[in-house]
Amino acid sequence: MRDKRMTVADVVGELSDGMRIGIGGWGSRRKPMALVRAIIRSPLKDLDVVSYGGPDVGLLASAGKIRSLTFGFVTLDSIPYDPWFRRVRESGRIAVREWDEGMIQTGLRAAAHRLPFLPTRAGLGSDVVRLDPELRMVASPYADGEVLLAVPALRLDAALVHLNRADRFGNAQYLGPDPYFDDLFCLAADRRYVSCEAIVDTAEFARLGPAQSLLCNRMMVDGVVETPGGAHFTSCAPDYGRDEEFQRAYAEAAADLELWPGFVDRYLS
Amino acid sequence: MNADVCAVACAELFRDDGEILVSPMGTVPRLGALLARRTFAPNLLLSDGEALLVDGNVIEGWMPFRQVFDVVAAGRRHVVMGANQIDRYGNQNISAIGPHAQPTRQLLGVRGAPGNTVNHRTSYWVPRHSPRVFVPKVDVVSGVGYDRAVGPFHDVYRVVSDLGVFDFDSPDHGMRLVSVHPGVSVDDVIAATGFPLHVNEAVETRMPTDAELTILRELDPA
Repeated sequence: MRDKRMTVADVVGELSDGMRIGIGGWGSRRKPMALVRAIIRSPLKDLDVVSYGGPDVGLLASAGKIRSLTFGFVTLDSIPYDPWFRRVRESGRIAVREWDEGMIQTGLRAAAHRLPFLPTRAGLGSDVVRLDPELRMVASPYADGEVLLAVPALRLDAALVHLNRADRFGNAQYLGPDPYFDDLFCLAADRRYVSCEAIVDTAEFARLGPAQSLLCNRMMVDGVVETPGGAHFTSCAPDYGRDEEFQRAYAEAAADLELWPGFVDRYLS
Repeated sequence: MNADVCAVACAELFRDDGEILVSPMGTVPRLGALLARRTFAPNLLLSDGEALLVDGNVIEGWMPFRQVFDVVAAGRRHVVMGANQIDRYGNQNISAIGPHAQPTRQLLGVRGAPGNTVNHRTSYWVPRHSPRVFVPKVDVVSGVGYDRAVGPFHDVYRVVSDLGVFDFDSPDHGMRLVSVHPGVSVDDVIAATGFPLHVNEAVETRMPTDAELTILRELDPA
């Protein structure tokens, strides 16, 4: 079996300008922050990001990495708004495709299933349809004839996710309560990278959790990076909770352009 | 006392919901849901805000976000969302204030509001009733109101604010005053609302019972 261990720099080296990159986790929960920080330090630019957004979006936006964003929300959970996301939106610096959060799952699922679209009701009647001129409707071909929203496949060039444990072959395990959509991000992507708290022997998985905690298998993963604390300051239950104090420091610095360079020097450079 | 009245008004939202998932966003709606389950709506399901269905300290089920989306589509859910803006037909905005391409104020994003409102019962909680929230027209329609309702499952039920309770049971589905909270006048509500309200006979929102107050103190000692 192929050993897929890589460094954070290797992963970033496989990404290129303009790629559509899906980022796993949810809000300020189990975000692949070590990979995000590495992108910030890289020359990568013009990324088309798909995310259940948290500080991953704020940090990438702070470094001017995001050309466009597909999102349903951006939040730090315990702090409602991410200041950097607000700044780049309120200055019109990034293009956005704002979808209902269920639509993002639907679009990723269409991509994962190699379908051009999947129908849903979510979005109908709302400004999501007005604001995204690419969206189309589809009529049920059956007797009901209901008109539904045809969510286009959200095919990703790359997916970045962070799980609790992985082996060197790309099997990966979540040990917290929620898998979020990390498996779906991997299934929808051409290149799939998993960072993890620890790389373990395959035989260890069964001791660590039930078989259904093995969220990603090696068919779904191209690269594995061991990044202890790699979701910090977002939560990575049960290995650690969100670092609320650090998140507050991030939000305070992000809200004040005079404080921000100090934060970058100390934590991001 | 007003906080208790609001919590009871939120609890009343769930009275007839039966055995479905309720998702109250915010402290007061959550207190209301917990109170409802402890009293007149014992079959409600509630999550811990993460991925577990809990009854007190007891875990009774698993509800990660992917399953929440399934429940939304299946319709066995009543959500109570906030609203940065809401109009007379119940269109709600939690996305952005001002032009969407460059908002004057970026908010959370539409979140699940579009899908919630076309799939299952939705109510709103507004802690500070003002003309800035109750507007003639919302800037970004996140939750879908009655004038734009589509599909067979649209069901915007009620709005609870710190001034009163409202529904859409009027001939044109425009917002209607159901009750004013004790100490609030109908004129107070009209003055704080940026569009014409249907006002029939204005009753007073009911007070918490002694038993409900005891439970509320237990749930929220503050």
